Amino acid sequence: MREIAVETIIDAIADACIDINCKLPGDVYQRLIEAIEEEDSAIAKHTLDVLKENADIARETMSPICQDTGMACIFVEIGQEVHVNGNLSAAINEGVRRGYEKGYLRKSVVSDPMFNRVNTKDNTPAIISYDIVPGDQLKLTVAPKGFGSENMCQVKMMKPSDGVEGVKKFILQVVEDAGPNPCPPIVIGVGIGGTFDSVALMAKKAMLRDVNSENPDPRYRDLEKEMLEKVNAMGIGPAGFGGRTTALALNIEWAPTHIAGMPCAVAICCHVSRHKEVVL
Amino acid sequence: MIKLETPLTVEKAKTLHAGDQVLLSGVIYTGRDAAHKRFVELVAKGEPLPFDPQDQVIYYVGPTPAKPGAVIGSCGPTTSYRMDAYAPKMMELGLRGMIGKGRRNDEVKAAMRQYAGVYFGAIGGAGALIASCIKSCEIIAFEDLGTEAVRKLTVEDLPLTVVVDSYGEDLYISGREDYLKGKANGN
Ligand code: SF4
Repeated sequence: MREIAVETIIDAIADACIDINCKLPGDVYQRLIEAIEEEDSAIAKHTLDVLKENADIARETMSPICQDTGMACIFVEIGQEVHVNGNLSAAINEGVRRGYEKGYLRKSVVSDPMFNRVNTKDNTPAIISYDIVPGDQLKLTVAPKGFGSENMCQVKMMKPSDGVEGVKKFILQVVEDAGPNPCPPIVIGVGIGGTFDSVALMAKKAMLRDVNSENPDPRYRDLEKEMLEKVNAMGIGPAGFGGRTTALALNIEWAPTHIAGMPCAVAICCHVSRHKEVVL
Repeated sequence: MIKLETPLTVEKAKTLHAGDQVLLSGVIYTGRDAAHKRFVELVAKGEPLPFDPQDQVIYYVGPTPAKPGAVIGSCGPTTSYRMDAYAPKMMELGLRGMIGKGRRNDEVKAAMRQYAGVYFGAIGGAGALIASCIKSCEIIAFEDLGTEAVRKLTVEDLPLTVVVDSYGEDLYISGREDYLKGKANGN
């Protein structure tokens, strides 16, 4: 058993929350610059220039890239040979609390969704998902998620007979419904298979993949390419003012499912696609 | 680029058209979900709003906390459709301009035609850059709402795009159509 102290986890989470809210991940930033070159509309080029400049200012002054510093979504991969000397979930929440306070990040969480929407004032609780994996490492992916784009995500329990065409139609429909709302250019994650709950998580994980990554399965890789092209032919464009760059990336994850179903989830993130991995 | 100053009178509003690039200066007010809910509750009780909305502009924003010495934190627009339920009432009370991002519904657009309202888009996700246009910031109501409190801002050359004008034209529809048409014609 490898022992990891809760204090180490608290510090790692707090630092990552601050860092990722101020520094756009390199792959997303690079993709944004490429998109400026590829863009064929003047107003769209200008909008992308503004987004690049904004990311530069945020990084240089350590200010949040966006005022919606999100709900803190933490994806944990814990090696089964790791022993944490305390309460892991509590440590993660304490890290979020300290990071959002110290980093002057916005606290955007209410304690009750319907009856009592009172701000918890420390951005907790975090949304934590756990995977137990072999080994003796603890991997934490910190991914604050703004709700402009979160509100545009959808899950659909499709029929097997809907097939590939059904999935394609659904992806385009979700992007159409979202339009200018999720701050395009967007990053799209698609999950196909599994169950109602697992497919949404799959879509989220697809959304968090490197924007240059490809699905190792050639069938899904080709579908990723085809659908990104189709999305970028819709004309929504940066900020929704019209243009080519509606999406920076489209990634797909899939899993075995039941004979009677074909769940599909489409997760949408804005261009402020924040995720930072820390391995302890 | 059009230089525009608040208050935004009917005359000024009518000169603006969807797609216009504007640099806005003067006093504006902030308000988002929770503040709007309280606005309509105040109106229902016959009580005054925290500011007189006549010819004013409201910015749908919830900024990050200001760092020591800074006027404000990052402060880009939030998605406007959540305020659609309240916007016609606000315009009826005299509000002229709204700043946000994302689509508005038909009722809001109809009210904009009726009251010469203008809906401006700020670039979503550019909050660090927008902060440099805010010269002063003062909480004037609902301090308990934290980021959602109502603030009086003085802005200088805040870069905006007219998304829906007082004639009902919507850039989210026309901008996309123009782009696709241009592509089809090989421009
Ligand atoms: S959708 Fe993203 S860029 Fe837009 S306001 Fe929300 S967090 Fe910021």
